[in-house]
Amino acid sequence: MKETVILDAKSIQRVISRMAHEILEYNKGVDELVLIGITQGANILCERLHDSIKKIEGVSLPTGIIDVTLYRDDINSGNSQKTVHKTDIDFSLEGRNVILIDDVLFTGRTIRAAMDAIMDFGRPRTIQLAVLIDRGHRELPIRADYVGRNLPTARDEKVVLDMRDTSDDKVMIISEIKSKGK
Amino acid sequence: MGIELKHLLDVDTLSKEDIFFILDTAESFKEITSRDIKKVPTLRGKTVINLFFESSTRTRTSFEIAGKRLSADTINISATSSSVTKGETLLDTLRNLEAMNPDVIVLRHPASGAAHFLAKHAACAVINAGDGQHAHPTQALLDLMTIRERRKGGPAGLKLTIAGDITRSRVARSNIKLLNKVGIDVSVCAPASMIPAGIETMKVRVFHNMKDALSGADIVMMLRIQKERAGKSLFPTLREYSRYFSLNKETIKYAKKDVIVMHPGPMNRGVEISSQIADGELSVILPQVANGLALRMALLYLLAGGAKQ
Repeated sequence: MKETVILDAKSIQRVISRMAHEILEYNKGVDELVLIGITQGANILCERLHDSIKKIEGVSLPTGIIDVTLYRDDINSGNSQKTVHKTDIDFSLEGRNVILIDDVLFTGRTIRAAMDAIMDFGRPRTIQLAVLIDRGHRELPIRADYVGRNLPTARDEKVVLDMRDTSDDKVMIISEIKSKGK
Repeated sequence: MGIELKHLLDVDTLSKEDIFFILDTAESFKEITSRDIKKVPTLRGKTVINLFFESSTRTRTSFEIAGKRLSADTINISATSSSVTKGETLLDTLRNLEAMNPDVIVLRHPASGAAHFLAKHAACAVINAGDGQHAHPTQALLDLMTIRERRKGGPAGLKLTIAGDITRSRVARSNIKLLNKVGIDVSVCAPASMIPAGIETMKVRVFHNMKDALSGADIVMMLRIQKERAGKSLFPTLREYSRYFSLNKETIKYAKKDVIVMHPGPMNRGVEISSQIADGELSVILPQVANGLALRMALLYLLAGGAKQ
């Protein structure tokens, strides 16, 4: 196992701040803007973006959490069911500009599920995708509107975000070291 | 994380971790019911058969709506409208239903052990929705879910009293077992004719008057008294039963001030519970029904999803 730190706390902070500016620039402000994070990976990232936008515009955007387990396309594979976490969206999405937030964009399947789930809550004007890491390997025609960092990876590598403690935030790539005997 | 569950026949085989996992899942499902579009695509293409050999409003409707909100195809078969009236055996009914390849059968049956029998012969998942006097696991789980929701400190150490016909109650049996597992201190209260022999082995305390039974209780669970049993060997008259064993504005004073009042339904107002209490602020009878729906959605998700072996 080899761990490589890709982003440290300072860089993550800068990246999030830049993404917040991009979101505000593209949407020309905060009108009708809402943030929705995909649980559980993006809970903290969603909060950070919220705080960052608040710092810039002085406005606290409506923020929700969505669980996409029940919309996944792999429900019928695997032996035990994936844990279902709480969805919490206590505002209408009708006509809103939804910033959908995830930590790592990989195959795109989670995002497909999340878009289906969001549509069940109403008809937003737009859904825009913001991810901290885009690691490639897409299996569906999905792309992000706001990307923190493009990160070319091998398929069997893992990208891990540790954002529990602001001063010690990091993004790591974990790769298996292949044994030479084989 | 996760749970390996093929059937849900009783609560005996559930570990404490399983129980809390099921309840956590159920809590996540609650929100779906508050949406404008109360449906998720999770069980698309799955078939759930509600096979009910006894009358039921709550449980059957609850399972039916639970299936539908998960996008499963649910169908209801009741004994009176099926070939059972023509003398078909339970096993033959099962074989014929299985020929149509359902994913889950939800069974309610007057014979204790019917769900175990069905599960032994069934290829699909079986959920016991009440079998005779034996078990009603989904009721016990939804009761615990309701308790946990209202006592954030956790269920361990709470005192709960079940009052009513304990002998004939599958709700009581499943609840005693389940609640004991999570550390709730369970007492039962009824005339001696309604307490089964050997109940002490189930780790409960037995009382024959409401005053002692309710003393210090955090939760009281009333059971329905079957009116047709009055005047036979169990108790002389409904009025007499009601006088000594009903929950009303007088007897509730023996319990803690913020006692939670539960009833699995259907209620006999004025017999085991007064309307004032049933409709009062302490009653969680309707929240129990709402939680029942979320709980059954969670169970269908856990049992009907996943790869087939």
